[in-house]
Amino acid sequence: MTAMTPAEPSFQTDRAALAQRLQLILPAHCLLTDEEDLRPYECDGLTAYRELPMAVCLPETEGQVIDVLRNCHQLGVPVVARGAGTGLSGGAMPHAQGVVLSLARFNKILRVDREARLAVVQPGVRNLAVSEAAAPFGLYYAPDPSSQIACTLGGNVAENSGGVHCLKYGLTVHNVLRIRVVSIEGEVFEIGSEAPDAPGYDLLALLIGSEGMLGVVTEVTVKLVPKPELAQVVMASFNDVAKAGDAVASIIAAGIIPAGLEMMDKPATAAVEPFVKAGYDLNAEAILLCEADGTPEEVAEEIARVTEVLNAAGASDIRVSQSEAERLRFWAGRKAAFPAVGRITPDYYCMDGTIPRKRLAEMLSAIAVMEKKYGLRCANVFHAGDGNLHPLIMYDASQPGNWERAEAFGAEILELSVALGGSITGEHGVGIEKINQMCSQYAPPELAAFHRIKAVFDETGLLNPGKAVPSLHRCAEYGRMHVHHGDVKFPELERF
Amino acid sequence: MQLDDIVSAVRSAHESHTPLRIRGAGSKDFYGGLLAGEVLDVAAHRGIVAYEPTELYLTARCGTPLAEIEAALAEKGQMLAFEPPHFSGATVGGCVAAGLSGPRRQQAGAVRDFVLGVKLVDGSGQVLNFGGQVMKNVAGYDVSRLIAGSLGTLGVIAEVTLKVLPRPVAEQTLVFAMDSGEALQKLNQWGGQPLPVSASFWHEGRLWLRLSGASAAVETASRKLGGTPAVSPDQHWISIREQTHPAFSGDILWRLAVPSTAPCPGLDGLRAIEWGGALRWYAGEQAAVRGAASRLGGHAVLYRAPESLRCLEGAFAPLSPALLALHRRLKKAFDPRGILNSGRLYAEF
Repeated sequence: MTAMTPAEPSFQTDRAALAQRLQLILPAHCLLTDEEDLRPYECDGLTAYRELPMAVCLPETEGQVIDVLRNCHQLGVPVVARGAGTGLSGGAMPHAQGVVLSLARFNKILRVDREARLAVVQPGVRNLAVSEAAAPFGLYYAPDPSSQIACTLGGNVAENSGGVHCLKYGLTVHNVLRIRVVSIEGEVFEIGSEAPDAPGYDLLALLIGSEGMLGVVTEVTVKLVPKPELAQVVMASFNDVAKAGDAVASIIAAGIIPAGLEMMDKPATAAVEPFVKAGYDLNAEAILLCEADGTPEEVAEEIARVTEVLNAAGASDIRVSQSEAERLRFWAGRKAAFPAVGRITPDYYCMDGTIPRKRLAEMLSAIAVMEKKYGLRCANVFHAGDGNLHPLIMYDASQPGNWERAEAFGAEILELSVALGGSITGEHGVGIEKINQMCSQYAPPELAAFHRIKAVFDETGLLNPGKAVPSLHRCAEYGRMHVHHGDVKFPELERF
Repeated sequence: MQLDDIVSAVRSAHESHTPLRIRGAGSKDFYGGLLAGEVLDVAAHRGIVAYEPTELYLTARCGTPLAEIEAALAEKGQMLAFEPPHFSGATVGGCVAAGLSGPRRQQAGAVRDFVLGVKLVDGSGQVLNFGGQVMKNVAGYDVSRLIAGSLGTLGVIAEVTLKVLPRPVAEQTLVFAMDSGEALQKLNQWGGQPLPVSASFWHEGRLWLRLSGASAAVETASRKLGGTPAVSPDQHWISIREQTHPAFSGDILWRLAVPSTAPCPGLDGLRAIEWGGALRWYAGEQAAVRGAASRLGGHAVLYRAPESLRCLEGAFAPLSPALLALHRRLKKAFDPRGILNSGRLYAEF
């Protein structure tokens, strides 16, 4: 059912020569080549796109990573790096002519330094494991993507992952100090340091979020921050989505940067409540969850201010968590939103657009129109604090044409995100999924600049080919189907 | 001055292979490699393009003075949280190009942490838009942050969008008497606790500590930490930000960025410690300083010095051959003929 056109550019890999070469550099237990062993690697969290690689390498040392990359470079074989495979944009989808380089065995926490407040970990370490290791010192790693139980630091670096607390505590790029990277040619680079800055260009910023296109990370040093003494959540109900959106703006205007600020619409709470029993107001058109953290005095002060703002913004009901158990219950619904929606529909497709917060009501009413247009339902959960919307489009993959409609629905949401002044992806990455929408977000000169950057690190284009940045050719083709107001994009390119 | 003027100036320099020296207010002419090339004065390309307090961003043209931006932010109770130095009339373009952050960097983050988007004129005169005005955007490589601190070598920053934050409700500055060793130990110890420390400055036996946040949090922390309330704290922190404090005087000043827990290297001339121990200032000629900083896991910038010394030492710590090669290729990807601020970062490109 994959709708993907063949990956570009194409490669002609000699399977036997590749296997022979890999057998020379990897012990048998670090190499998979049989189809049944390759099958689990055919997709990541975006299961609609699948491809079988020619081999999966599971190196255990940096030396082996270097060897795999160097040999693939010599043979001209594409390499797709992979962590836990929880990504939602197909960024770790294999290349049919290539190798999957799994960092799953790089799973050691090398150092937790209490005094310097940092941890040095291998890329296959799970996000939550870092916080668990730091907990005895009253510290934690701030970025907390909802997949944090399973997703790995290497994947977080590749995607610049966020989470529900990034408005206050930042994204991966704000919390990583240093990485060790192996280039496709097998050269090792140390980027960043434990000092607050490093000489030269900020390559750390360039590499974080580069979706495995520029290098393979073999070590990550992250910043740890002191765990707040207390956290408390205010839950507010609104009988109008626009009012809830305005309430978010009012909180920010009042000078408050909450630790978390999340919104769910009625279809989302309706899906979640029977499953989680979080105590959500099912009559509300939208609910807001606003978390304050810090010292008990600080939290009390912020909760009082937030409550005042929410009342003034027309909340129909306000509840403040009275215990840690209640706080976790309020959050449980939000955190379980995806699986909860998964219970009421055979399949769902999670989108990841960001928009200026003030355009929320506009976006949600446009989505309501799209639901009718495509004949599919959609529930919306929203990292309201930073404008990151996750519409969950419900469909049934077993029904012919259903996935295609879901995909078109999603594409329209992303196009609208760009039109409203936002972005096609806030935290899930472009991968293969949003490759066409990149043509809407960026014009040919920027895309050409991205290709030049790619060539600086990977001249022959072997790392994760066909992902993250579309070729101008592909955009020309996509542009033919998406003519806005009679303006043909890429007029300088030949049409086909 | 319009964007088109910058574009045509860069295009003609590109065509004629003429080196350009991009200049805003010239407030950081002392910083980095030697100045060379025909001046491309972009100070007149100025003005705030957009400011949305509830969306937490501000977009301004490169020549906009920081003072103008901060005045607009102050009206809405907001700030540039990285607290950049103004020196003499710094512009926002120069601020991002130099990537220098002020005292609040230890709590809020550096310039690059707040760059959301840039409009760049690259070395062949193309206008490129990277990033945007939203907090989260992972589409495409993060060129906007790469530009921070690149000293104009990758393009002329024509416009920049910065994330802004609310000003803290309360601030208090405490002063402690202690030597540098004890200051480093205390700063690291406090750094591991949930305390609202927003700035620190040690100089000649005294440590200034600024607390910023909710009133209750600042009150509680202040009671817990002790110390003496500072006299005119606001002026004090401005003098640190602007480096008008006597600690920064002298002809030769080294800036060492090191892990906050790094011990004091065996160097004379320690003038000041900032950023919770991670930023250290040394005065005078220092033969061994680059090696010492590198052994501690950091690097040393020859921050202020006579031209002859800057020529000899280079302003920034040398890059490994592999990293240097990468830098050169990146420079070429943005500025194929090497006409933009060449030599300002490293003599090699």
